Amino acid sequence: MDNLGTLSSALLALGLVAVAVALSLYERLDLERDIGTAVVRSFVQLSAVGFVITFVFGLKNLGYVALLLGGMVCFAGWTSSRRAGGVPGAFPVALFAIGVAAVATLGLLVILQVVPPTARYLVPLGGMVVGNSMNTASLTLTRIREDLGSRRLEVEAALSLGATSRQAVSTILKRSLKSAMIPLIDSTKTAGIVFLPGAMAGMIIGGADPIEAVRLQIVVLYMLLGSVSIAAILVGLLSYRSFFTPRHQLRASLLKR
Amino acid sequence: MAVGGVGVWKLLLRGVRCLLIFLFVGLFKIEVSGLRYEVDGVGILNGVDARLPAGEVLGVVGPSGAGKSTLLRAVNRLIEPTAGEVYLDGVATGTMDPLELRRRVGMVFQLPALFGESVEEAMLYGARLAGKEVSVGRLLRMVGLEEAMAEREPGSLSVGQQQRVSIARALALEPEALLMDEPTSALDEAARNRIEDLVRELNRTLGLAVMFVSHDLAQVKRIASRVVLILDGKSEGEWGVEEFFSGSVGDRAGHFISGGH
Repeated sequence: MDNLGTLSSALLALGLVAVAVALSLYERLDLERDIGTAVVRSFVQLSAVGFVITFVFGLKNLGYVALLLGGMVCFAGWTSSRRAGGVPGAFPVALFAIGVAAVATLGLLVILQVVPPTARYLVPLGGMVVGNSMNTASLTLTRIREDLGSRRLEVEAALSLGATSRQAVSTILKRSLKSAMIPLIDSTKTAGIVFLPGAMAGMIIGGADPIEAVRLQIVVLYMLLGSVSIAAILVGLLSYRSFFTPRHQLRASLLKR
Repeated sequence: MAVGGVGVWKLLLRGVRCLLIFLFVGLFKIEVSGLRYEVDGVGILNGVDARLPAGEVLGVVGPSGAGKSTLLRAVNRLIEPTAGEVYLDGVATGTMDPLELRRRVGMVFQLPALFGESVEEAMLYGARLAGKEVSVGRLLRMVGLEEAMAEREPGSLSVGQQQRVSIARALALEPEALLMDEPTSALDEAARNRIEDLVRELNRTLGLAVMFVSHDLAQVKRIASRVVLILDGKSEGEWGVEEFFSGSVGDRAGHFISGGH
């Protein structure tokens, strides 16, 4: 068990990555570069964040926690807007949506005294909220653009009948939000049966009481559901506007890419 | 009868309005003037002039890719022209509320694109948004469909029937003019003939002005009273339908008519 904490164990785990790379090469999936980048980046980033978190824990000042979370939100917003390439104004939209999702859910947990306002809770929980909101924001942005492209005829027909851009896009918006949220809803439904969620698995491996681990995991799942819904809805409501002019015209040139 | 009274008043108001428009603006329901439309610096429309007199059917013809559909979309401001203007009863549409404009100038596309659970819902989409009371039965009869179809799912209708529902959907807003973008090109011959009959009938009974894009010159001959020819995004000229097909229309137009496009 002691080995798990050392660098050598991480290197041994790298052997499993070799399997993925081998598969990619054998099947010509062209994923080996991406896998390589992911391995190196995650190693560097996680090591760095380990030091940063240790540093923040030492500071005992919530201001630094807020600063760290703020940095995460900015990076998540940027990543998400890049994923949705070609949607103008995606960065501020994603930034705002992820930021609001993080502040609302973490704030609520602290105010209701579900978790204590310490770096030990806020940093990892914040990381989960921001990460999941980021994925949802990217999915929503991409889905809206794709659906607008494939259902352009319907949207323009609705506009031609005197619908506002909001009305013309409403069915598409509903579907995009739904498909962006379904992965998390499904994994929440099957939690404990199909898989043990990460936080809980980590706590149990780390030696915590399973019941305590479950309590925290339930908090985490509900928190994620809340933040992901907030992020998806905000992204949906804010981003569709960039596909239309103020005079309720579809900017068709944005849909081709 | 109260309903009849309202109808008479409406007709009377419409008559007075037509008279005023005739006196002060001229005869044109829609006038397109020097219209240009560019995307990323590439000209799709490079100067189009066209006039649709009230109560007439204007056929818009030209080779594919000439900008006919783009012209229609610019008329009800589904796209914003780069330069030039479209006038509705002499009023610049660029200054109008686009939603109001689109309610006054209906549009029918190449494919029906109906949405809703039932034909009734699909047909009343625009009217409901506008808060307009419409008789479903009357609308269906107007486009030659049975009233019983109101409950059917739109997808269960033939494409020709769906296209008639999409015409009814535009008519539900009681538009002053109708823009039709190759409405029969996805239909078989029988369905095409029925749509053509319908357009003629709407034009005759409602006095509806229609701008009809078609790549089929024989069709234009059958339903249009005037013709505008678009070549490479520019209007080549406007003619009465007999004049256009008489052959005395200049080289470029003659070349197009004789199938040289």
